[in-house]
Amino acid sequence: MKITEDTIKHVAILSRLEFDDKELGKMTKQMGSIINMADQLSEVDTKGVPETVQVVDRDTVFRDDKPEHWQDREDLMKNAPAKANGFIKVPVIINKDDDQ
Amino acid sequence: MNYLNENIDSLNKKLANGSLSADKLTKDTVANIKDENKKLNAWITVADDAKPAENLDFSKNKLAGIPIGIKDNITTKGVKTTAASHMLYNYVPVFDATVISKLKKAQATFVGKTNMDEFAMGSSTEHSYYGPTHNPWNLDKVPGGSSGGSAAAVASGQVVAALGSDTGGSIRQPAAFNGIFGIKPTYGRVSRWGLIAFSSSLDQIGVLTKRAKDSAEILNVIAGSDDRDSTVSEKEVPDFTSFIGQGVKGLRIGVPKEYMSDAVDEKVRAAVQKQIDFLKANGAIINKVSLPLTKYVVPTYYIIASSEASSNLQRYDGIRYGYRAKDTKSLVDVYVKSRSEGFGPEVKRRIMLGSFALSAGSYDKFFKQAAKVRTLICNEFDKIFADNDIIVGPTTTTPAFDIGSEISDPIKMYNNDILTISANLAGIPAASVPAGLADGMPVGFQIMAKRFDEGNIFRVADFIERNNKFYEKTPSGMED
Amino acid sequence: MNFKSTIGFEVHFELKTKSKIFSPSPVTYGAKPNTATNVIDWAMPGVLPYVNKNVYRLGIMVALATHAHILPNTHFDRKNYYYPDSPKAYQITQFFQPLARDGYVDIEVHGKKKRIGIHEMHIEEDAGKNAHGTNGYSYVDLNRQGVPLIEVVSEPDITDPDEGYAYLEKLRKVVQFTGASDVKMEEGSMRVDTNISIRPAGQKKLGTKVEMKNLNSFEHVRKSLAYEEKRQQQVLLSGGRVQSSTRRFDEASGKTVLERVKEGDADYRYFPEPDLAPYHISQDWVDKIAKEMPTSAEDRYDEYVNKFGLKPYDANVLLQTKESSDFFDKAVAAGADPRLAANWMNTQVNGYLNDNRVSLSDIKLTPEHLAAMIKLIKDGTISSKIAKKVFAETITKGTDPKKYVEDKGMVQLSDTSVLQPMVTKVVDANPQSVEDFKNGKDRAIGYLVGQIMKQTRGKANPKVVNKLLNQELQSR
Repeated sequence: MKITEDTIKHVAILSRLEFDDKELGKMTKQMGSIINMADQLSEVDTKGVPETVQVVDRDTVFRDDKPEHWQDREDLMKNAPAKANGFIKVPVIINKDDDQ
Repeated sequence: MNYLNENIDSLNKKLANGSLSADKLTKDTVANIKDENKKLNAWITVADDAKPAENLDFSKNKLAGIPIGIKDNITTKGVKTTAASHMLYNYVPVFDATVISKLKKAQATFVGKTNMDEFAMGSSTEHSYYGPTHNPWNLDKVPGGSSGGSAAAVASGQVVAALGSDTGGSIRQPAAFNGIFGIKPTYGRVSRWGLIAFSSSLDQIGVLTKRAKDSAEILNVIAGSDDRDSTVSEKEVPDFTSFIGQGVKGLRIGVPKEYMSDAVDEKVRAAVQKQIDFLKANGAIINKVSLPLTKYVVPTYYIIASSEASSNLQRYDGIRYGYRAKDTKSLVDVYVKSRSEGFGPEVKRRIMLGSFALSAGSYDKFFKQAAKVRTLICNEFDKIFADNDIIVGPTTTTPAFDIGSEISDPIKMYNNDILTISANLAGIPAASVPAGLADGMPVGFQIMAKRFDEGNIFRVADFIERNNKFYEKTPSGMED
Repeated sequence: MNFKSTIGFEVHFELKTKSKIFSPSPVTYGAKPNTATNVIDWAMPGVLPYVNKNVYRLGIMVALATHAHILPNTHFDRKNYYYPDSPKAYQITQFFQPLARDGYVDIEVHGKKKRIGIHEMHIEEDAGKNAHGTNGYSYVDLNRQGVPLIEVVSEPDITDPDEGYAYLEKLRKVVQFTGASDVKMEEGSMRVDTNISIRPAGQKKLGTKVEMKNLNSFEHVRKSLAYEEKRQQQVLLSGGRVQSSTRRFDEASGKTVLERVKEGDADYRYFPEPDLAPYHISQDWVDKIAKEMPTSAEDRYDEYVNKFGLKPYDANVLLQTKESSDFFDKAVAAGADPRLAANWMNTQVNGYLNDNRVSLSDIKLTPEHLAAMIKLIKDGTISSKIAKKVFAETITKGTDPKKYVEDKGMVQLSDTSVLQPMVTKVVDANPQSVEDFKNGKDRAIGYLVGQIMKQTRGKANPKVVNKLLNQELQSR
């Protein structure tokens, strides 16, 4: 599978990361060899094999529908880089998905 | 003071009979850590104000007053927790991880947070925003990773025990490189609540100590069900120390031929074979077995772990906590600049790989296929465990490598994990116990067991440890 | 050229729980920003989701009420996207194995019955809310983050806007009568996204879809779909191509306005949520939930008309909301005559609610009050006229009708030993009316009743007075 700079650019957008030209070249090369290695997996015959996505030994367990108060807003806000009147402050949102 | 010749039992005895006070122990520990840190850089945060718990009960709590190191990806209320990332350089959690709450209840003393590869991604602790940790056996070598800080801190006698986390070998490989014991329990044995997620289906908190029994003591405290993590098993937790001091007669041991192939350093193999021979001489039954899919575990692991990581690390967006880039004009700027400036290169590589593996057109070929191969890998282990109690082999293919020697070659670095990854994929418990030295550097002997059978691991590790007495050795880098 | 429309709906209902789906933070409305949140809602490093059992229970109710097939093995998946109101930058939803599939609701449009298929329904978490400032900043409130939702996705069976309207009405009613959701569009507990494509009659392949999100009311849905049908026809007739896009309904002009064109599907990188194990829903649990489920509107209609003998119109008025139907059922259970109760509910009670713009939960009248009042009327203790006074008192102050009637001496006077002397007296005093009565002028009797009512300040039982007057007049 050939990994091009365009692939990497697209994946960078999905990942909300940016690379300058030099980094992009390096990332393309490294990702190319990693994905080549991953390509070996297609050699394995997995016809009819179910997927393992976790190794938990039981079904999910439920919590009762009981509200609890854990933290005060002030505590939760302590790590926020910008806040105002109990809100988390961010640069104005123009359009959802506008960069997808 | 240092703990090169101490263990939990010996300290507990001194504390209980009053020959050592918990206050002095804490103070001396912190002073020594600060001193050693200049050389080893094993800690990101040292707790200057560390204090033992109140009303210490030495008879009820083995850990009462005993200083413990915590890997910096385990959340500690009021104590900066960075996961060795610029992204969390200023992050102070407002809650404790479950393992921390349990250790607090057991009256352990917290002396600081240990260095690691950023977000636990790495095998050398070179990928830390806070600089690499050095191997106490040779300061020019890596301590392994990602729990390299915890391993170096224990090996150098700064603490008797430290918590680590293991996603693909991050406890066992540094334990091997530093000549100590390290165990990754069964997936679901220890709560992950408060463990900063790397790969949710593979991550597990574990322990690094010089002596196997000390890990058993700590696992006794931190294991068990938790109403914050619904993936923890409700299985009863045995007293792991009860497996200490036993023999190995009749124990069925599988040795996979792939783990003893030419790909493994000859001297490493020799040190491992010596332990196998010793077990055999003492009545264990050694069976040659095969894990043919071993050659696929590295890609399987890197696809699954990176896919989960790409999603788990999306929350670091500069909005609610952690690093937010300066001079951002738009929301996209906040995301892209904060993440590009906040993450190091290895983390970015894994995010990119994971986003790619999950993206439209790649999902079936990569993520889904890896999840299917994972099933086959689990099946291989099940088959061997039908006739064997444990599986053994080397923990790593080579002893610790030089700092800077592999960091520019991700594939080479990833292949370091080939012998440790399978235990995470299968969710089985696994540990590394020192086997000896190769060219002056420690070699790890890996023991894997059936799910929830940590007991047999402690049994064998302790048996080996009592024989080779590796714990009596002082790391060569510590003799100045 | 003739065109055929294909209309689809994605309807979100908030499931009515006390705490959130994956964290125990309370579900509240109107709380101060970020006060109903905890470390899970903030996606602090190291937190894990833990599933609220009630979300599954309510979800199963919705599945049962829409005749859907509940999947025995469900699990959650992650939908990855960045947005400030989505703290994990992924939504935990069910993509690969939803809660249920293949349901339906039956609708009736212009007297024609039709079954509309439901493709699937899944449970998921809501996002927080962003408030957009004018100073170059937006403000994030995570109180809503993690509120449980069920999303119901229709099959492309709907072919015109009226059917769409009927589908939404029916779906809302069905869900409402499970009690699983408040289904209030104005409060966001029901949210409607719709999509429409058109194709020339005879063509098999569906046309290009246009989506409209978060419509305010069913009427807006109908209008926007009708507008889109015409607009898309014109585009095709003039040789153009419909763009895959999202449009918005503009209330003022009654038109839809382009919001953005879609270039390929968003890449959400769905994958199974590794922090939560699958859940196998047992048939026992489903059976238990089915038993506990409130009676559906359809079954209630049956009972009202066939058992209680209500007129279909009255039954439908009562069944407009679960609240009013529940109120009625409770009044009947407390002993009220069903027909009288329906009459009072649909005239006096509804009149009061409309006049005062309040709902049943705001008033002080209880079903037991209504039943007590109806009993007083039925056994002749009070007249309907007095009953109106009692009703006004009870609905505003919550006074017990029986006690009120007794305290105020409003009990109807039916005692003939008291009324007979009064009747004799009034007939004696009005000889002309005797004359009129004999000449067949029935009107005369009305005047005499009025006189007695006046003397008793309205308390005399009109039936008894009538009877006594008739006897008296005939005897003269």
